Amino acid sequence: MRIAVFLPLLVAAALPGCGKPEQPADVREFVYVSGAEPETLDPARMTGLLEGRLANGLFEGLATYDPKDLSPLPGAAEKWEISPDGLAYTFHLRDAIWSNGDPITAHDFAWSWRRVLEPETAASYAYMLYCIRGAQAFNEGAQADFDKVGIVAVDDRTLRVHLARVTPYFLELTAFSTFLPVHRKTVQKLGRAWASPKNLVARGVVNGPFIMKQWRINDRIVLERNPRYWDAANVVSDRIVALPIESEMTALNAYEEGRADFVTSVPLPLIVKLQARPDFHGSDYLGTYYYNFNTTRKPFDDVHVRQAFNIAVDKERLVRYVLKGGEKAARTFVPPQIPGYSAPDGPRFDPGEAAKLIAQAGYPGGKGFPRVKLLYNTSGRHKDVAEVLQEMWKENLNVTVELVNLEWKTHLATVRRKDYQIARAGWIGDYVDPNTFLDLFITDGGNNRTGWSNPDYDALIGSSGREPDAQKRMAIFRNAETILTNGMPIMPIYYYRVQNMYRDDVVGMYPNIRNVILLKHVGKGQRSRPGT
Amino acid sequence: MLSYLLRRLVISVPVLLAIIIVSFFLMRFAPGGPFDREKAFPPAIEKNLRARYHLDEPLAAQCLRYLGGLATGDLGASMKYPDLTVAEIIAQSLPVSMVLGLLALAIALAAGLPAGIIGAVRKGAWPDHATMTLSMLGISVPTLVIGPLLILAFSFGLAVFPSGGWGGAGQLVLPSLTLSAPFAAYIARLARSGMLDALSRDYIRTARAKGLSEMKVVLRHAIREALLPVISFVGPAAAAVMTGSVVVEKIFDVPGMGRHFVNGALNRDYPLVLGCVIVYSILIVIFNLAVDLGYGILDVRVKYD
Repeated sequence: MRIAVFLPLLVAAALPGCGKPEQPADVREFVYVSGAEPETLDPARMTGLLEGRLANGLFEGLATYDPKDLSPLPGAAEKWEISPDGLAYTFHLRDAIWSNGDPITAHDFAWSWRRVLEPETAASYAYMLYCIRGAQAFNEGAQADFDKVGIVAVDDRTLRVHLARVTPYFLELTAFSTFLPVHRKTVQKLGRAWASPKNLVARGVVNGPFIMKQWRINDRIVLERNPRYWDAANVVSDRIVALPIESEMTALNAYEEGRADFVTSVPLPLIVKLQARPDFHGSDYLGTYYYNFNTTRKPFDDVHVRQAFNIAVDKERLVRYVLKGGEKAARTFVPPQIPGYSAPDGPRFDPGEAAKLIAQAGYPGGKGFPRVKLLYNTSGRHKDVAEVLQEMWKENLNVTVELVNLEWKTHLATVRRKDYQIARAGWIGDYVDPNTFLDLFITDGGNNRTGWSNPDYDALIGSSGREPDAQKRMAIFRNAETILTNGMPIMPIYYYRVQNMYRDDVVGMYPNIRNVILLKHVGKGQRSRPGT
Repeated sequence: MLSYLLRRLVISVPVLLAIIIVSFFLMRFAPGGPFDREKAFPPAIEKNLRARYHLDEPLAAQCLRYLGGLATGDLGASMKYPDLTVAEIIAQSLPVSMVLGLLALAIALAAGLPAGIIGAVRKGAWPDHATMTLSMLGISVPTLVIGPLLILAFSFGLAVFPSGGWGGAGQLVLPSLTLSAPFAAYIARLARSGMLDALSRDYIRTARAKGLSEMKVVLRHAIREALLPVISFVGPAAAAVMTGSVVVEKIFDVPGMGRHFVNGALNRDYPLVLGCVIVYSILIVIFNLAVDLGYGILDVRVKYD
């Protein structure tokens, strides 16, 4: 009869949601598909967009994003001043409290940022703070004295930050997940496990619009309104439910059944059909799909070959007839929607010129051109894109490109070893500024997989950090991108698209290029509150 | 009997140890590591991360460290989900997979056994053809086709069961049906051939000669032998089905253990994969033992010494 005892216990462990009381009808609940289980909800250690979305619901930085255009709005700080040279920021915190009633102080921020930079935290995105004076040396262990880092809590309500380089997007950064404050006493008491599901639910202390109510791995995360949040009156939903559904088809099923109000990714085979629907919301995204060329190996050590490969493919045709999701063909690397920045004109599709270039490189009519391999990871549309380009290269250059698909981690490791000739890649900007794209290709940059190096380029990227004038700074980036486009260590292919689905009873959604959705502002139903 | 049980359990310890050690090194042969991603970490940060998880030590030392932790019941922390311990992940996902797996197994037995027995008894007649055609379909059509077809029919066609999610009784139906399909098919085929073998035995002829009804012959005498191949299949199959199927879990958004196993391998989350391997191996050992004990009950010729 032991089974008779064991079975109900097992069922109780598997289905803890069973038998919970019915919710009152007037609770405003918003359910969205978050796309995957968050890796962590510790702001210091998170790196992803979906984690950031939840973090911005639980925590609030000095600034927060305007949901419409991502420009900085007062958050935990009610106002700030910037020195004329653009290197010193003084934040004045508002009188607000954590969810346990403790006051939110400048010391909380100084301590939280210090925690990000401490080598023991092993924070993956610590480099986001490298724009702060002394931060990089402290994080890398070269300099152990935190007093040398430009983060000073002047008093309980004043935080002063000294930057190492001009960072016009610094205010925007203070809203980014890495810069969010954590509750010192809680973190010190619970140690590294403070952000575990159990602890966040039972003992989590937050300063954002929501508190953590429930977290079941791979099942759901439930947030509920934080009554002690300073702007609680303007929080639209009473409850937010995030479903970590990985499969886009499964997510769409949940959406179609009404179990979810919002999905951020749709099944690609259905894109044409879904795009025609009124609840499909496509918009530009701050990301670029591109191929790396290995410039340290033949034949792509020759710039003519790289240029030939680039203009031998008709990217317009690719996005229009193969991708069909509203993507835009890319002729340059930085996506075009960054305010104040205008990219140089990249080379257009020109098979005649491409043939000339490949001949110039010593392969007239593709004769004698070695067989090269294109690496891509086994996922999404990578194969479709590679096949179309393979065909275009054959047709316009008469060269044979072999396609090799690799599992994701193998792909990353292979590309990292530079054991490739052409390799697929993608880059999503962390903030709205050309720097988040262009600083990739400095010599030996951690994400520069191409081996390409250009001293003029390096010098320009370096000088952009010393230029306080916004216009001049953008001109520097434009010059840098011109060098990048001519050197062509990478071949931009297309710009990513936001492909959201939500019905018209959802409020607080605004298309923006980082697809930042602020949970504070989103909700379902027509009942409108001030500020939505 | 008891000494046999004890001996088997003692033998299983070195077996498990060997599985763990081999898996440990196999995982490390895979290219890439837990901290490889599209946006690479600066070298200093990656060094900090590797040091935190002792990945900077020699492999043998890491393996010993892991086994040492294991001896104290510590399965380690996930590398992909740094706030979660492997024990926590398994504690949440294994019950889910077990409930779904047991249900699927029950369905598979309830459908497969009668189908197989009827097929054998009516060999060559239409019930035989019908059940064998169905079982051929169950074996050859993969769950990643059956699942969406069931969703199409029951979630969007008839709208009787939700297409996915976890927490309600209705949400159990489609995933457990999908999961059970191939098992039901195998069981039907095994039961049929087992029953055919049994029905050709002398003791069955004797039973018939004594004037027993065909019903009694089949259900009292032949079935013991007919069940033997089914039992040996169901043992390891139960271990597999109860540790979750990544396909079914993805299609129906079920928070089970199969996803952790596969995603863990893809993410190079070494401790999580090893944790899943250990659970799976323990279940296999237990069910194989149960199978061998089951033989003794069904077949009087089997002796434990």
